[in-house]
Order: sequence, then C-alpha cells, then structure tokens
Amino acid sequence: MLTAPPAAERAGDAWDDIRVDQPAPHVLAITLHRPQARNALRTQTLREIAAVLTEAAADDDVRVVVLTGGDTVFAAGADIGELAAHDAVSILTDGRPALWQAIRQFPKPLIGAVNGFCLGGGNELAMHCDVLIAGETAQFGQPEINLGIIPGAGGTQRLTHALGKSDAMKLVLSGAFLDARAALARGLVSEVCPPELTVERAVALAVQIAAKPPLAVRLAKEAVLKAFEVGLDQGLAFERRAFCQLFATEDRQEGLAAFKEKRRPAFRGR
Amino acid sequence: MTYETIQLAIADGVATLTLNRPDKLNSFTTQMHAELADALKAVQRDDAVRCLLLTGAGRGFCAGQDLSDRAVAPGGETPDLGESLEKRYNPLLKTLKGLEMPVVCAVNGVAAGAGANLALACDIVIAARSASFIQAFCKIGLIPDSGGTWSLPRVVGQARATALMMLGDKVSAEQAEAWGMIWKCVDDAALAEEAHALAARLAAMPTRGLALIKRALAASSTNTLEQQLDLERDLQRLAGRTADYQEGVAAFMEKRQPTFQGR
Repeated sequence: MLTAPPAAERAGDAWDDIRVDQPAPHVLAITLHRPQARNALRTQTLREIAAVLTEAAADDDVRVVVLTGGDTVFAAGADIGELAAHDAVSILTDGRPALWQAIRQFPKPLIGAVNGFCLGGGNELAMHCDVLIAGETAQFGQPEINLGIIPGAGGTQRLTHALGKSDAMKLVLSGAFLDARAALARGLVSEVCPPELTVERAVALAVQIAAKPPLAVRLAKEAVLKAFEVGLDQGLAFERRAFCQLFATEDRQEGLAAFKEKRRPAFRGR
Repeated sequence: MTYETIQLAIADGVATLTLNRPDKLNSFTTQMHAELADALKAVQRDDAVRCLLLTGAGRGFCAGQDLSDRAVAPGGETPDLGESLEKRYNPLLKTLKGLEMPVVCAVNGVAAGAGANLALACDIVIAARSASFIQAFCKIGLIPDSGGTWSLPRVVGQARATALMMLGDKVSAEQAEAWGMIWKCVDDAALAEEAHALAARLAAMPTRGLALIKRALAASSTNTLEQQLDLERDLQRLAGRTADYQEGVAAFMEKRQPTFQGR
C-alpha cells in the first residue's frame, strides 16, 4: 500500500530541473532532470533540491530521500554560463551558499545513486549524501582547476575526508577523474553495481533504513557527521547524549520488546 | 564516413569488420584507427547488430603497428609511444571489450604485435590452420601493448606468456588451440564459412544475456569471489528481466525452438 504522496507533490508544484516521486512508502526520490545540460547544477536546480528537502525534513511521512541523476549522468558540473556571468562582487552575494546550507542541514538520510559523470558541483552535491551507491560508469572529479577556479561547495573538504590528502590533492589540483571501482576502493562510495541497478539499489537501501526507528536514524546521522566537525572528546559526548535521549522514546521500548518477543518491530517515530 | 583501410558490412544481425590494407598485412595506421573507431561507433549504435565479426583481408590478419606510419627519424626526438596507445590503441581495446554483443575474430593469417593482441581481445577467436600469433614487440625493444600483457597470461599462463613475450617466437594456430589461447583452429579453406556460421549463430542468441556474460567475465579477473557473487546476483537480476529470458523459458515449456530478439 502506498502512503499519501509527499507534500511537494500534493502542492502540485511543477519543477523545472528535477523530478520528484515516491518509489516506496516513506521514501522520496529526487531525480536531476536537465538532460540537455547533462544535469549541470544551475542555481535553479539547487533551489529546487533545497525546497524539496526543506519540505521533506518537516514531512513525517518522508523518512529517507534518494538523490540521483538517473541511468546515464549524475551532474556534469556547474552551469558554466551562470559562473561566467559573475564578478567578484556578485559571487560574494550569491545565494547559492544558502541553498547548499539547506541541503547540508537535511536531517534525514540522503542516499545518492550515481551513474556517469559526477563532476565539480555535481560531485559536491553527491558528497552531501550520507551514503553513495555508484554505477560502474560513474566518474568522480573536481575539475574546477581547469577553469581557473577551485571547488566552492565543500569539494576540497569532503573529498579530503573521503580520500585522504594525496588522492584528494591529485583530483583537486589536476582535475583527474576517479572511476567507480577506484572510488569504491578509496571509500568515496560504499557500493558499485551495474548502472541499470544503481537507483534500484539506492531505493532498496532507503527502504531498509525507512523501516528503522526514525528518531534513532536521525540522531545516528547527526552523530556520524559530528565526527568530521569536532574532536573525539566532543564527538563522544554528543554520541552519549544522543544515546541517552533515545531512551526516552517509545520506539526504543518497541524495539527492545519486539526483539524479546521475536517479532518485527513497528516503529512510529515517537 | 567512407573507409579506405577497413570494410564494414552489416547483414542479418552480423557486422563484419575487415581490416583492409592487404599489401601491408593490414597493419595499423593513424587513419585505420580513426576508421575503426568510427565503424565501431556505428556498430554500437545499430540496434540491429547482434554480433561483430572481425577479420583481415588478404593473406594476413594484422601485422600490428605500421612502423612507417610512426615517423621515427634516426637521431630525431624520441617519440611518445604512450600517447599513441592513449589516443588510439587503448580506446580501441576498451571499445571492443565494452561492446554489448559477442565479438568473433577470424584470424586468417599472421597476427603480430598489436594484431595478435587485438585478436586476443575478442570473445571467441577462430584461426586458419596457416595463421600464427607473434608477440613481436621484444624484437624492437618494446613491450606487448593493446592489452597483451593482461590477456596472454590469462589464456596461456604466466610461464608461456613470459617466454612468448621475451622471445617473440611464432605460435602456430594449432599450437594456439592446444594451449587454449584461441577457441578453435580450422582448415584455411573452411575459415570464412565457419566464422560466418558462428557469427550468425551468435546473432540469433539472447544478445543481452551474452553481453551480461561478457561483463561478468571481464569483472572476474579483478573481483574477489564475494564481489563476483554480488555481481552475478545483479547481472542475473537484469538478465531475468529480458524478453529473451521469457521467450527462452516459454519455448522450453512449450517444447519448441525459441526466437530471441536480443533484448
């Protein structure tokens, strides 16, 4: 049985650059859809993603979001025309950082399904995802250096966290690409599969996570992300507080009870 | 694009690609590379093509790189052979390996250097009894390229591959068959007919399934058993969704010959 369509769809919003659908109960899928531009991330695209995520964050029916570009390309970079139109002053007051912020603050799991080119801003968007599934055709890179600029949405930071210094430097300084297998070997992605199955596997993982207690999932995501932001002491302190908070939830009682009674738990997000 | 150094003929689901510089034993030139790339793109884009047959015109299959096409003046600047591989040979090999259909190679005569390794990159290789394979690179101070150092040890084992590559000795088609380097060796007069029959047979099979077999085999050399089991699960899932699988099962239940569409 399908649950009601998400608010974004109910409102009848028509998106220009993305498609939004619900592939499974509690799972929302955002598909970048500007094939003529190989899904290049223009400001409008980011605005739409941020809008859907902001709404999904507040929608109790949505538990996990899948973000993909479809079977052939994730996002081949930023919109070069838009970039070229900026000068030093206008880029300073550009609204994009606020949109990235909205994506970064999305509190529920974001699963990325990447096929084909995942470059520049596209790769930075992918790295905002909590888990990445890559098709065999995926190519990751930060080729901004070729244009006389550098990554501007976390590329130099998240790539370094994912790959370590030498590999991150190699990509960022030379503009070289990393293919799916190499990305798997280096921990940038957690699974490689045939391109035709990438979205399907991301949805399957999303379904699996959507069946878990939502509050625990949310705090777990926050705790893991903390590891990149604060020192170990603070991270452990956050983890401990989050752990204790969950003891006040109904879902924790249900989880323990179901385990004892050898039945499937029914989590309600309370 | 009209071709001068190759021929491409498409009929009944089979694309026959013939290297066509017979007076130069079909050796590679920059032009031939460009034409091959174009022809393979056409084959890739043509949904009606379900098998590629690769062969050579005249008495040889392919003598490898045409050395006169690589202007190496004595005393001149050293050439960057890496660039030649990067721009021409490697893309050719990757395209052939990635082609989502079976590729048959009919080795009609000598296959030397890159020509030998081009043959080894094909899925099923049959050779005329008078044909031969030579890893000629070592004789001019080079290393086997076009995937030779990858494919040869896989088909004949490390010991034979090393000796063949360091000595540059000729391997007869019969020896190649005995060693498992190729699928089959046939009489010279029968080669063309056997090759076409084989290609026609493959073109009538479930193309998508064959392409998935090719993918699984390509990945098996680098995967662990666990990774390969996961890949088999994924590829079987895709194969199970093809119309040809439905037809295959239906024909089996109804005790009739299946008619596969390749999808």
